[in-house]
Formats: sequence, C-alpha cells, structure tokens
Amino acid sequence: MSIIEQAKQAAQGVAQTVVQKAVELAPESWLPGGKPDPLIHQKHGLIGKPVSRIDGPLKVQGKAPFAAEFPMDGLTYAAVAFSTLPKGRIASLDTSEAEAAPGVVLVMTYRNAPRMKAMPVFMSEAKAAGGDNLPVMQDDRIHWNGQPVALVLAETQEQADHAKTLIRLTYEAEPATTSFAEAKAQGTHPGLFMGSPMKQEIGDAEAALAAAPVKVDVTYTTPRHSHNPIEPHAATIVWQGDDLVVHDASQAVTHTAWSLGNIFGIEEAQVHVTSPYVGGGFGSKTLWQHQVLGAAAAKLAGRPVRIALSREGVYRMIGGRTLTEQRLAIGATKEGHFEAIIHTGTAPMTHHNAMPEPFILATKSAYAARNFKLDVEVTYLDMLANTFMRAPGESVGTFALESAVDEMAVALGMDPVELRAVNEPEKDPTDNKPFSSRNIVEAYRTGAERFGWSKRNPVPGSVRDGEWQVGMGVATSTYPYHRMPGGAAKLTLTRDGRMQVEIAAHEMGMGTATAQTQVTAERFGLELDQVSFAYGDSFLPGQVLAGGSQQTASIGASVVAAQHALVAELLKLAGNDSPLAGLRADEVGGMEGGLAKLDEPGRHETYASILSRAQRDEVSVVASAPPPLETMHWSMHSWGAMFCEVRVNSVTGEVRVSRFLGSFDCGRILNAKTAASQFRGGIIMGLGMALMEETQFDERSGRVMNPSLAEYHVPVHLDVPEIEVMWTDIADPHAPMGARGIGEIGITGVGAAVANAIYNATGKRIRDLPITLDKLM
Amino acid sequence: MIPFTYARAANTADAVVHGSAVGTKYIGGGTNLVDLMREGIEHPQALVDVSGLSRDINETADGGLLIGAGVKNTALAEHRLVRTRFPVLSRAIVAGASGQIRNMATVGGNLLQRTRCTYFYDDTGARCNKREPGQGCDAVDGFNRIHAILGASPACVATHPSDMCVALAALDAVVHLEGAGGKRTLPFNELHRLPEGRPDIETLLEPGELITAVELPAQPMAAHSTYRKVRDRASYAFALVSVAAALEVDGGMIRDVRLALGGVAHKPWRAWKAEEVLRGQPASQQLFQAAAEAELANATPLRDNGFKIELAKRTIIAVLGDLSGVSA
Repeated sequence: MSIIEQAKQAAQGVAQTVVQKAVELAPESWLPGGKPDPLIHQKHGLIGKPVSRIDGPLKVQGKAPFAAEFPMDGLTYAAVAFSTLPKGRIASLDTSEAEAAPGVVLVMTYRNAPRMKAMPVFMSEAKAAGGDNLPVMQDDRIHWNGQPVALVLAETQEQADHAKTLIRLTYEAEPATTSFAEAKAQGTHPGLFMGSPMKQEIGDAEAALAAAPVKVDVTYTTPRHSHNPIEPHAATIVWQGDDLVVHDASQAVTHTAWSLGNIFGIEEAQVHVTSPYVGGGFGSKTLWQHQVLGAAAAKLAGRPVRIALSREGVYRMIGGRTLTEQRLAIGATKEGHFEAIIHTGTAPMTHHNAMPEPFILATKSAYAARNFKLDVEVTYLDMLANTFMRAPGESVGTFALESAVDEMAVALGMDPVELRAVNEPEKDPTDNKPFSSRNIVEAYRTGAERFGWSKRNPVPGSVRDGEWQVGMGVATSTYPYHRMPGGAAKLTLTRDGRMQVEIAAHEMGMGTATAQTQVTAERFGLELDQVSFAYGDSFLPGQVLAGGSQQTASIGASVVAAQHALVAELLKLAGNDSPLAGLRADEVGGMEGGLAKLDEPGRHETYASILSRAQRDEVSVVASAPPPLETMHWSMHSWGAMFCEVRVNSVTGEVRVSRFLGSFDCGRILNAKTAASQFRGGIIMGLGMALMEETQFDERSGRVMNPSLAEYHVPVHLDVPEIEVMWTDIADPHAPMGARGIGEIGITGVGAAVANAIYNATGKRIRDLPITLDKLM
Repeated sequence: MIPFTYARAANTADAVVHGSAVGTKYIGGGTNLVDLMREGIEHPQALVDVSGLSRDINETADGGLLIGAGVKNTALAEHRLVRTRFPVLSRAIVAGASGQIRNMATVGGNLLQRTRCTYFYDDTGARCNKREPGQGCDAVDGFNRIHAILGASPACVATHPSDMCVALAALDAVVHLEGAGGKRTLPFNELHRLPEGRPDIETLLEPGELITAVELPAQPMAAHSTYRKVRDRASYAFALVSVAAALEVDGGMIRDVRLALGGVAHKPWRAWKAEEVLRGQPASQQLFQAAAEAELANATPLRDNGFKIELAKRTIIAVLGDLSGVSA
C-alpha cells in the first residue's frame, strides 16, 4: 500500500468516526425483556466526560444565591431560643425585656404563635417532609433539650441574637428518659421503616450458628452523629397575601411545599419553595421546625423573615444519626462458606419521628448464606428526632458487617478478599431476586491490584516504621439503587435549537445539573451549551427527592418519558415536507441538533428547521416517569471495595490514614469529575465516622454538649490522604443511562476498612466508633 | 450582643488608665475573647485594644529574649532567635490553632485564653463554677475526656488550652506587668492559678493589670528542646496531652532538664517532680519511666480521661528518649 493510499484510508477512517449515529429513544420502562437505555452503549459521547460543574463560575464569584442571601424589602432577622431541659413544661415566661430591646419587631412564643398543624412526618405520606410531628410552638410542652421555645424577629441579626438572651423562662421538669441503658430497660420495639418491619428470618440462623465449625459473634457500637453541612440551615420567607414564598436550603422542594401547605391550611400551589443552591444536605435539608417558625413569624409580623440557624442551632434543631448497638454473628464452614448471618440490635429514636436507623439493610444482599436473622429494635428517648444521614443504615451497618467478615477471615486464616469472593451470592440471598448487575468481584480484583493488596502482611502487628505500626484493611461498600415514584419533567425546545429541562430536582453540590445537562445533550444530539437545566423550584414538575441516591435515576427516567412525548410532537410538526416524513418515533433519534432516522442518518432535520417550518417559536411537553417497577424485578445495588492503609502510633495510639482507594461498581458513571468528588467526599465523611465524629449527648440532661465545629471533630485536611477512586463503568441494563446512584455509597464500608487496617497494624480489634487513640493505647 | 465601647490604646500608660475601669477588658487578636462574647460567656462593657502595643522581639543583654505582648503568634514562631535558641516555643506555637488564628493571636492574649470545657461554654444549659461562681460543675460527672488529671478541685476540672504556654512554663519565662500600681514581674509559672474553690479567678493579675511582655531568660539548654502534642485529629484540635522539654546531656548524664505538660491541668503544668528525678542521673528508659511515674503519681482520673495518665507518661518517656538519644 502506498503512502498516499494509507493517508486516504486514514482520512476515511477519521471521517467514519466523525459521522455520528443518532441516539435512539430510551425505553420508557426497564421491565424484563425490555431493552436497555441506548446511552449505555455510547462510548464516545458526552457521557462519562469529566465536565466541570456548570455552576462553578457562579459559586467562585459569589454570585450563586443561597437561601439566606435573597434580598427583600423590609426583611427581618430571626433568632431562636432553645429549651434547656428534656421534658416538662414552661412554667413562666417573660418576654417584656426582649420586646423592649432595640430593633425588636416581634417575640413569638406558644402564647402568640399562629395556630398551625404539626409537620407531617417524613415517610408518613408521599410528600411529607417533616423531621418530627410535634406541635410547633403551640403549647407549653417541652419534648427535647434544645427545642425552640421562642423566636425573636428584629431589624438586624445582632439585635435578634441579643434580644433572645433577654427572654426569661422557667420550667417545670418532668421525668425524662435520656439514657440509652434506661430506655432499653423499658423495653425495645420492632423498628418499622417505611411501613415494613425491620425484621427478617430465613431458616434457623441461631441453630446454624451454633453448629458452625467457625464462628464470630460480637457486638459493635456506633455513636450519635450531627449534621454539619457547610451551609447551616436557612430560609428567607415572605407571605404574599395568602401565598407563601420560601427560599429554602432544601433537598425536597416539592415535599416541603406540600407539607407547609398542610401545616398552614393552604393549597400546595399556594406555597412556592425555591432552592437554587444548597451547601450540602446529606439527608438533613428537609423540613424542620425553623421553616415553620419562620413562616409563622412572617405571618404574625406581616414582614419577610430570614431565619438562618447558627451552627449551635443546627445541632439543637436538626436531627442527626442516632447511635446503634449491633450484634453481628457469622457461622461458617472450615472452607469459609457462610452458613448463618445474624445482624440484630437496637437504636434509639423518639415517639415523634419514624426513623429506626436501618443498619441491617446492607446485610440483606451482601453475602450468600442459607440462614439469616435480621432485626432492628428501637427504644424511645426524649431527644431531638433522629434522621437520615448519608447512607442511613448502610454507613454504620457496614461497619459491623464488614468488621465481622474481617474477624471471620482472621478466624479462618483466609485472605479477606478471598473470603468475600467465596461467599459471592448468585442471586439476592434474602429476597431471591436476580441482581440487575453485580461486579463486585471485579471491583475487588482491580482495586486490589491497584492498591498493592498482595503486599499486605497478614500477620497483625508485623509491619513497623519507627514508632508507627502499619497495616492494610479492606471492606465492602454498598448502597441500593432507588427510584422513587413521582418523577416528571418538562422539556421546552425553542426555534434557536436550544433545549430547556425543567424538573423539581436539587443541586446540593453533587453535580446534578452538570451531569444531567450532559445526558440531555447526548440524548437529543445537542451541544452542552444548547441545554439548560432548571431545578430547585417546587413550581417545576415532578417530585424528586434528593435522597436515597435516587435523583439521577429519577431525573433520567423523567427526561426519557418527556423525550418520547416531545419527539412524537416534533414528528407531527415536521410534516410531509421533512426528510423525516413518515417515520415513527422509534425509528428516529437525536443527532446533530435534530432528529435523524436511526439506520439512515442522512434523513435528518434540525430542531430549528422543524420549528421554523412549523412557524413555532417553541414546543414544550410535560411527562411523568413510569413507576419504578425495575426494583420489583431485580435486586439493584451499587458496590465497592474500600482499601485502606493506616499508621498507628505505638506510643500514643494516634491513627493516621496514609492511603485510601475506593474501587466502585455503580453502573455507568455520567461525569468522571463530579463522580470522583462524590466518592471522595463520601470516603472523607467515612474517615470522620471511623476516627472522630461523635455527638456528645449528655445522658443526664439529654443535652448536646459539643454543638460546634471546634469541639465536634470532622476530618481536617491533614487527616485526609490522597484518595484514589476507580470504577468498573459497567452499565446496569435495567437503570436509566445504565447508572446507579453514587451519592451515598462512598461513606459505606469506610469505617470497617479503617478498623480492619488498624487490626492488621496492631492486632487490636476496635468494635466501638469512633476509634480514638485511647482505645489503641 | 450587649453594647460595648471600643478604644485603641495609644500606649501602655494610656491602656492601663482605661483598662482599670470596671467591666473593661483588654483585647489583643480577639481570637478567643470575641468568640466568648459571641457565645455570651464574656460581657465586657469596654474593650481596650492593646494589639498595637509592644510588638517587638528584642534580645536581652544576657542572650535571652524580651517578647512584646502584642507580638503575633506567627511572628514569634518564625523568629530566627526563637527557632534557634528556643525551638520548643516555636514548635508549640505552630502545633496550636490554625494559620489564620496564629496570624491574629497575640502573646498576651494566648496567656489569658480560657478553657474549652463544653460546660463552661453552655451558658444556658449547664452549670459551671468558672462562669458562675458557686453554681456547681456539670463536667465533673459529665463529658470530661479533655479535662484535668492534675491539680483539679471538686469545683473545677477544666484545663488550660494553650500550647505556647506549655513551652513558656518549661522555659522559666517571666511575665512583665503594668497596672495602676506600677510595673512588676511575675514568674510565668506563678501567673496561672489552680482552681481550688475559685476557678473563676484564673491568674494572679490584679484588676486592670496588663501583660506588657514575656521574657525568656538565656537558657543554652533550650536550644536542645522540643514539643510534642497528642490530639484527636492531625491538626486543629486541643491537646489531650502535650509535653515541652529541654535537655542537657553530657556523657550520658542528664546535667539539666526542663519539662512541662499541657492538657492535663488548670494551668500549664511544670513537671517539677519529674525534673527532680532526672537531674544528675544517667539517661535511661528506666529513669524516664521513674520520672514520668513521679510526676503523675497524684494524677486523678475522671469518668472519661483516665487514659491521659498513661498517655502523659508515655509521651514524656518518648520525648525524653528523643532528646537524649536513649530510646527503648
């Protein structure tokens, strides 16, 4: 072949790769027998590209408005006074001095607060968003230490903060239950999570455990954790006649609007909740008493209100993760096959919420075994309602499960990676469904290779570097795929060929808007800058909770449904003069700014051309996502292998995590950059959980004693090593885009990976978080 | 916030005149006082800003240093003579707080910072004898992981949070004061009190008395000194235990030693007993152990902080081992 021939062929090759293929429409549902989302095959498009976050420039310029930054004429500022005992009633109340203080507009207490219904507690109804269902400043009752007892509105924040200290309150105390031991002594009750008992028995796990030749049967404990998003909870609130406008920091705008309507006795449509930017949510940015109090005070004062909680306010008013006490027992054969898995235990909650920390969830699908006994029991304490915090259940549950698997590996003398492979299930071991996609063995293999797992010395305490003992540990991370009902989206195509997606979803910093802009551009054959993604507004379609790591799937399925409606509309508009004439929706796809016949890309017309010829400025559709039937047919979970190297100081017990690697199997990764940040952020939060985070809840008084980032430790930069993340990128054929959620999995497994590495370094097995230095001395 | 007046002192005499008024506080970098005012713990009616006064670090005739009370922590830590002649001080300072805070905090203010006891900070929800004399102490039977094992009283088990002060305690620093009654000096180790029955009185300063300088006497041994801090995370946490030490070893014999502990008591804790055991003896692990045991012999554990006794001993032994070259 001549050089010229070669050049010709090469040029043709380039030309061939440049010719795009149209992206066919995704199926509207992912039922058995259905075809997967065609985007899972796109290897050269925008999917997976490390696109920088589109909100980045606004944020670094300080131009992204957060909830406490909406300007309003006549704005007043709120400060909240908190109760100082856990149970009882307000015996006397004197607000006269506070009312007379400079700048004070209003002092609100149970005596003058408007009559309101209690918050509909989360999960009690489809759009309920409340953290508790107690009366909000409606009577003199005290239910927890830190409950809001008065709210001051003033012309400035400083005036409100000062006046709040002038409120004189005395209390009549009543006997309270604030000790976990005392609560347990009063009895435990089966935990109900979303209506179903957190209890399951398969076979006879106790008998199988007793008969097993090798067993581990131990108790793990985890402490309370408080939410610490960098943006404390805040809202700017105004009444416009009978309509309520709330600029909130929210991961549930639609739920919040519905719930506030319910509380104030107005229609959902009369409540407008916006939340364009959120400085982290992690499960905490739902509806708590501050939005209700702010709206009540705005009503009473007839002026707009800004309620921005202090950091202390977040600790006193916004629930966190409750403590857990977990029994984890595994019985195995001498070859390491699990015969029985027992995961039971107790976590305190309150009478005014519905959140038993579901620590058994990960155990249900992780390993093959014939006998299971799973049970979350609850006790009731007089305390602030506990709530969701990043991977509720799995974060603390995997600490117990994955520590116990490591203990079993030690008992068997087996490599812990090998032990997990031996117990890899063929189908979900507790609900018998097939896995939609499970490549955890692959994640372990690639992760182990990259991390250098083979260099680990299995003998505990055998590697030393001066004062430091060095060890490696590993643990499985996992979080389920969720897609909640209620997803819907509006698509608007304009004559200039631009697409607007509107959906009541949320951007809390995780990169949702960026990733979904990529996905939408890819589906429609558009450039990134031709797509805009509107979200964070309860007036937009859909009810898309940013929780359960489900937003990506929910938005994806909603956009797919809307695309079907839009393409049908476009084909009608295209008419008989179009190259597309006569084609059905399933014969066309998005390509190069328009639609094209799938197997004949030459038959193409741009969106601009279609609209122009039809003399339409725009065309828009709204459509709802189908019900999430995929989770009824498959066991759908993300997986990961967490590798950790620690150094433990033999003099002081100080722990330094020196290396960390997360190898994930989460389906298709939509944006390599924002995904890596999600994984790393989760892992850092996991390091905090492993080594330092603990809410000091004084069991004498029920009071949180460290409501401050000075005293409540989260990792600082020096505590965080380089964290490497990698992923299989194997698409899940039963999920939109082939992608499962990635927001929460990062925190799971980290606690155990650290604890297991510490065991390898020192021979000390710590079963109680956080692993502070005194436990290792 | 309760209204207060603010005035910048023109000079030390001016500061002392204004600072003697009832309800007046001196303010340096404000890194602790402003926090305490925001939290409602401190309620001064007037602030006299002394941060612009005495910012010099001067060598004294005998080779020591006279450090102005307004010197920023960062400036002190990076000063060449501090790093070469008193490395323990430099290391102690950079072990504390954050870069931003050290850029603001002054020497005088560092000496007078207040405890991090969480019950002291909870002015509405907890009892504290330091905040409200006679009220009682909720820390004695509460969360007291960070609290004192030495020199505490039933009235107060709080600790002094400074790192810098632990080095000053070891270095036999002298505090220069000026008040309405004139100038005087006080050995640094006498500045802070043990709590006894009055934990609200933390120093021997007279009302209105101003710290103008800290003097470090010449101490050749201090060139061979170090600071080791043990805490709950790698940075930005208060010491659970810290050790400041200087050692002079000659032919295997400990000729002289300075040793102080942080995080263990209501004041920076000079380890006189340990020094006594060490001085003039051949350096050995057994000797270090004996010194540590002697110092901690009277240590009293609370509910959560018993580990500090062993931690203090181990840290003392490790630091002496490092400085002497005699390791286990």
